Amino acid sequence: MTHLHDDKIKFLEEKALEIRKTIIEALVEAKSGHTAGPLGMADIFTAFYFHILKHDPKNPTWEDRDRLVLSNGHICPVLYATMAHAGYFPVKEMQTLRKFGTRLQGHPHREYLPMLETSSGPLGQGLSQAVGMALVDRLDRGQNSNRTVYCFLGDGELNEGQVWEAAMLAGKEKLHNLVAIVDRNNIQIDGYTENIMPLEPLALKWAAFGWHVLEIDGHNMEAIVDAVDTARAIFEKPSVIIAHTIPGKGVEMFQHDFKWHGNPPNKEQGANALAELRTLGGQIASEHE
Amino acid sequence: MIPLNPKLFDADVEQAPIRAGFGEGLVLAGRLDSRVVAMCCDLTESTKMDAFAKEFPKRFFEMGIMEQSSASVASGMAAMGKIPFISSYAMFSPGRNWEQIRTNICYNDRPVKIVGSHAGVSVGPDGGTHQACEDIALTRVIPRMVVITPCDSIEARKATIAMAKTNSPTYIRLAREKTPIITTEDTPFEIGKAQEFFRSAVAPKVGIIACGSLVYNAIIAGKELEGEGIGSVVLNIGTVKPMDRNAVVALAKECGAIVTVEEHQVAGGMGSAVAEILATEHPTRMAFIGVLDMFGQSGLPAELLEHYGMGVSHIKEAVRKLL
Repeated sequence: MTHLHDDKIKFLEEKALEIRKTIIEALVEAKSGHTAGPLGMADIFTAFYFHILKHDPKNPTWEDRDRLVLSNGHICPVLYATMAHAGYFPVKEMQTLRKFGTRLQGHPHREYLPMLETSSGPLGQGLSQAVGMALVDRLDRGQNSNRTVYCFLGDGELNEGQVWEAAMLAGKEKLHNLVAIVDRNNIQIDGYTENIMPLEPLALKWAAFGWHVLEIDGHNMEAIVDAVDTARAIFEKPSVIIAHTIPGKGVEMFQHDFKWHGNPPNKEQGANALAELRTLGGQIASEHE
Repeated sequence: MIPLNPKLFDADVEQAPIRAGFGEGLVLAGRLDSRVVAMCCDLTESTKMDAFAKEFPKRFFEMGIMEQSSASVASGMAAMGKIPFISSYAMFSPGRNWEQIRTNICYNDRPVKIVGSHAGVSVGPDGGTHQACEDIALTRVIPRMVVITPCDSIEARKATIAMAKTNSPTYIRLAREKTPIITTEDTPFEIGKAQEFFRSAVAPKVGIIACGSLVYNAIIAGKELEGEGIGSVVLNIGTVKPMDRNAVVALAKECGAIVTVEEHQVAGGMGSAVAEILATEHPTRMAFIGVLDMFGQSGLPAELLEHYGMGVSHIKEAVRKLL
């Protein structure tokens, strides 16, 4: 297991902060879109695009790359912002989010932005696609392939029966080259997940479907990287990382309130949020500005 | 004239299920291209994927009864460079998994091939739950989707090989029952190309456009009408989408009246697609043979086709009324 140096952790946390700023600025400009999920997943996206993922922003179709499938496409502001900061396209393009003619569609569309692994938005369909990719990876490259297929899912979308079809299939096929990350932020559009359609005991459900289950604090860079390392070292089954996250993480007003699931901040709320983000309320080690 | 089975009008014309031709074609496509993979939802023998599964066990995936995931898994496989075929009954694929097909396959522009077997009321005794009469409508409205309805097992084999060579998401519609062999090994097949399968000796006054399992009935109707002195041309429209616009318009111009024949709801089916073309390019009087806003039921295939108005007599009656 590789341990992150403090410098690296600091670098990733600062990067996540920049990405959160870009998300808020883009949402204010777009005047629509989802706020809570993208901010809650910013740390995980940062850890992936700036440390974990085998990818090349200058060569997005590189055959040896890992595949990252975003299933809950509505959190795409964080996908776009992270990809922009990673060098896939200019950060200033984020100002076109959700506008006519943009490559950054309200839900990701690979026809417009071909560097995406898939289009997404309708919930519950990403894991099946990731399973298809993992099956082909094994078919073409055998058990020793060094590519990993990652799928990011929301917790609310686990209501969809199709997710469990895919979970059953991955378990049957013992797809060790597949790692799912569930954003366990406990909210969905109509309210808290356990009121809308209870998911618990969530870890036991995945285990029962034949998965190796890990649970982490989704805002702890070291925990994120360690969990993925562990998951990749499990060779007899697929792994799921249940990442406990705070929706709207970084801005007090957005945190924990399901109302921010599907709404953007207005200009004033955005300005307040950005001011608060600069220090993250003192929550991160590397305050700057 | 296009070469057709010389025994076409004989009482003992050879019969085979359209789905059997698909099964043969898939094996041939698999031999031609190692990118071809196949998935089935617990109906491997029934949808005739069994021969492929036997010859290419590593490239065949038993999905269990999960049509929705199968469409999405296939999309993921296509993203990795494969040409996946997924098969089930048409009622469940594209019936149950329509949105996965629409978004994961067509919106994503992935070359996944959807194989819908057991289409139409001629499924027979299984009853209305299993008789897909809406699948052409469901698939043809999706952008990028190609929709193929082979008229016999030989055409189904050729269509399967042809669709494995394209980069388009494609739906192929198959039937359960044995139906007469209309074409021969030498009959050309091209996606998007309609073919004249019958032309009466007397000057045609009506064009009959048919697809799939009912092309045979259309030809027989044309032949029998000829005996009554009513001339017709029968067009096999093997590809419902993209439709051969030129052939449809030319037929309407020549004949002045069109009857469409399909084992599908009249609403939204092949006939609707013909009407969309003619309404804008050459308004023509039309009649539609197909299921009229009803569900199927148990029975023998032949009696169900009669009950729902898709027999030879119904086609002839529609022609007479139109003239």
